[in-house]
Amino acid sequence: MITKSKKTEVVFTGAEAAAMAMKQINPGVISIYPITPQTYIAENISKFVADGEMDTEQINVESEHSALSAVAGAEAAGVRAMTATSSQGLALMWEILSVVSGLRLPVVMNVVNRALSAPINIHADHSDVMGSRDLGWIQIFSENPQEVYDHTFLALKLAENKDILLPVMVCQDGFITSHCSENMRVLPDTIVKKFIGEYTPTNRLLDVNNPITVGPLVLPDYFLEIKKMQSEAILNALKIYLKIIKELSALTGRSYDYFEEYKTKDAKAVIVVMSSSAGTARQAVDELRQKGLKVGLIKIRLFRPFPYEAIAKILQNIKIIGVLDRAESLGAQPPLSAEIKNSLYGRKSMPIIKNYIYGLGGRDLTVEQTKDVYKSLLEQKQQKNSIEYIGLNT
Amino acid sequence: MSKNRNIKTRKIKINPGAILKSDGSAKFYHTGSWRNQRPEVDFKKCIQCLMCANYCPEDCIPVVNDKRQQTDLNYCKGCGICAAICPVKAINMKRSRK
Amino acid sequence: MPSLKELVQKPKKIMSGHRSCRGCGFPIIARHILRATDKPVVVVNATGCMEVTTTIYPQTAWQIPWMHNAFENAAATMSGIVAAYNFLKKSKKLDKEIKFVVFGGDGGTYDIGLQALSGAWERGDNFLYVCYDNQAYMNTGIQRSSATPVGAITSTTPLGKIHKGKEGDRKDIVKIACAHNLPYVAQTAIHNWLDLYNKAKKAIETNGPTFLNVLSPCVLGWKYDSALTIELSRLAAETCYWPLYEIEKGVYKINYIPQNKLPIIEFIKHQARFKHLLNKENKEILNQLQRYVDQSWENLLKKNQPL
Repeated sequence: MITKSKKTEVVFTGAEAAAMAMKQINPGVISIYPITPQTYIAENISKFVADGEMDTEQINVESEHSALSAVAGAEAAGVRAMTATSSQGLALMWEILSVVSGLRLPVVMNVVNRALSAPINIHADHSDVMGSRDLGWIQIFSENPQEVYDHTFLALKLAENKDILLPVMVCQDGFITSHCSENMRVLPDTIVKKFIGEYTPTNRLLDVNNPITVGPLVLPDYFLEIKKMQSEAILNALKIYLKIIKELSALTGRSYDYFEEYKTKDAKAVIVVMSSSAGTARQAVDELRQKGLKVGLIKIRLFRPFPYEAIAKILQNIKIIGVLDRAESLGAQPPLSAEIKNSLYGRKSMPIIKNYIYGLGGRDLTVEQTKDVYKSLLEQKQQKNSIEYIGLNT
Repeated sequence: MSKNRNIKTRKIKINPGAILKSDGSAKFYHTGSWRNQRPEVDFKKCIQCLMCANYCPEDCIPVVNDKRQQTDLNYCKGCGICAAICPVKAINMKRSRK
Repeated sequence: MPSLKELVQKPKKIMSGHRSCRGCGFPIIARHILRATDKPVVVVNATGCMEVTTTIYPQTAWQIPWMHNAFENAAATMSGIVAAYNFLKKSKKLDKEIKFVVFGGDGGTYDIGLQALSGAWERGDNFLYVCYDNQAYMNTGIQRSSATPVGAITSTTPLGKIHKGKEGDRKDIVKIACAHNLPYVAQTAIHNWLDLYNKAKKAIETNGPTFLNVLSPCVLGWKYDSALTIELSRLAAETCYWPLYEIEKGVYKINYIPQNKLPIIEFIKHQARFKHLLNKENKEILNQLQRYVDQSWENLLKKNQPL
């Protein structure tokens, strides 16, 4: 394990953490288009480039669609390329999300989660990233600036693995994480360089002696096989993820499992949640435990590919589960809740699972509200298939 | 008449993302099977100006040592541009499925 | 200056066997432009006829690096590739000089791709953008685009009882290119292979974003005898429907002024997409087309600054 003295303590917002990680990766190309609350990532990167602290070619594109298109071109050409966006920007580049994944380009993108319009809203919400969960991007959720920083390196290593070659989204909550400063540690440049290694793609457009054709028309006779390869790749990511996080943990001393379990061993009721609200829930668990209530928490880190088996295992003895979703899948089960229920399918005795929608459009989730959720969960006697909205003003 | 190779029966290695080597493999598809007229060149009239080779959309009029050769009928779609562009009318389009 | 003999015998960058229609204009355009340089070229294609017919998996007609991303982002994709190239050159990981050419149809250029193209032009990204203008969305079945001339029949501007073909004049993409102060912009055509060669050479060798607008006659879309592709291009220039001109650093130069400007009917009479304009009852539409051609030509003559 690397000695702690080599790590630098800093106070960064989530945006600064993302920008610092991108700076240390020092990719060939970064395309920039501003959208709140991602803007500070763009601005920090621009300052680094302007001061010559990065070798990156910065492209100031005229829309997010072009931002991801330019990144796709740069990756196909043979260099690392990154970008960052939120909400409407992610929605605008939706078409190219599926192109990048289909072309198997290892792009890493920081997504600062913000609600999708309408109504237009600039605050934290997971609807943007949930809208793109089926496209073949690996999705990792970060609770705080430290995780944003660490996950960006993890994402790059994951994306460029020769058995994966898929793009990765590193998510963080808009404003809550992106604009709030926290203590965190950064790694020395040399350590980062060693961990991420050199980018050595097999196929590069700029290798004119070995010319390649990228993005041909594929008719029904071959399409299925190519898609199956993509599916196998994202499932490979589940196993390879465990190897990569071992390496990263050795460098940082922090853990990056598929999910974080907190006091679930003897818990009577467990909340499953993603991103920054895990911090709120952790405090609620501590306060209730002091009062003798046996409650626990699971914070999901890896959302795609979803670790069904591992989740099923950790929840096997839990009788009451509350799933908190920061996005709706309108007309159907909320996204995280659907995945939790999928994990438990086939179990002999099904737990009581209660769905909660919280935090849409940046509405705050307080410790008190979370404690109320736990208390309500502990009183559940049978399954009720309704969705409760936390903090709804009736 | 040329036969089209049936691509589906060839076992190919599929690269991730359907990336191909730019090896001009379209040449295995003989578009000559499409035509219903065929160019016939009177080489006695031909002044080797190379306008036909210059304008053939299929690029299937080979030029060797500055001289145009017989049209490669594997690819000729029978458009008639070569006949229309020839300044000495040395090319005649004949109705034929072959 | 190379002779036609040399140009015709250059190594092939696009193989035969591509599935374009017989008599199609774009294979001629692509070949003539790409042979204007001997340096390695990377090509990006927008979605359209050229992309679809040359790369049906697992075959490709291309023998050079080629990428297709999506419909409206060919220019943005190329911006990324050029940035990657600049990065590798700066960090001394690449020492070859590589040229960059984008091919997009009129749909992918005048319409859906205009934003990305404008962005790339404003940034000054160093690549040549070629629009092969066949005057409609041909690949999807001949639907009108903003490059479709007035009166033309397309499947979305059909000949009906009330509406007869496209209404309204077409967009002037060359003016839009000039508004971005590009170092070199030109309009050219395939019937004058020397003009096309010279302009392609200039456009590829000029540093910064350059633009070529090339008329691409379409057999199925314009509905004419496939042998007439080159002749139609010539008639387009003779009627001043498609003037050949270039703008170098803002200075206009018309490259061909016909001695006897032919009336537009000489161009349209071969094409079934304009057949209804030969009827007396549609005379007003024909006049509108003639007026559009005449006005554009007059304006161009005024800007012309011959040496």
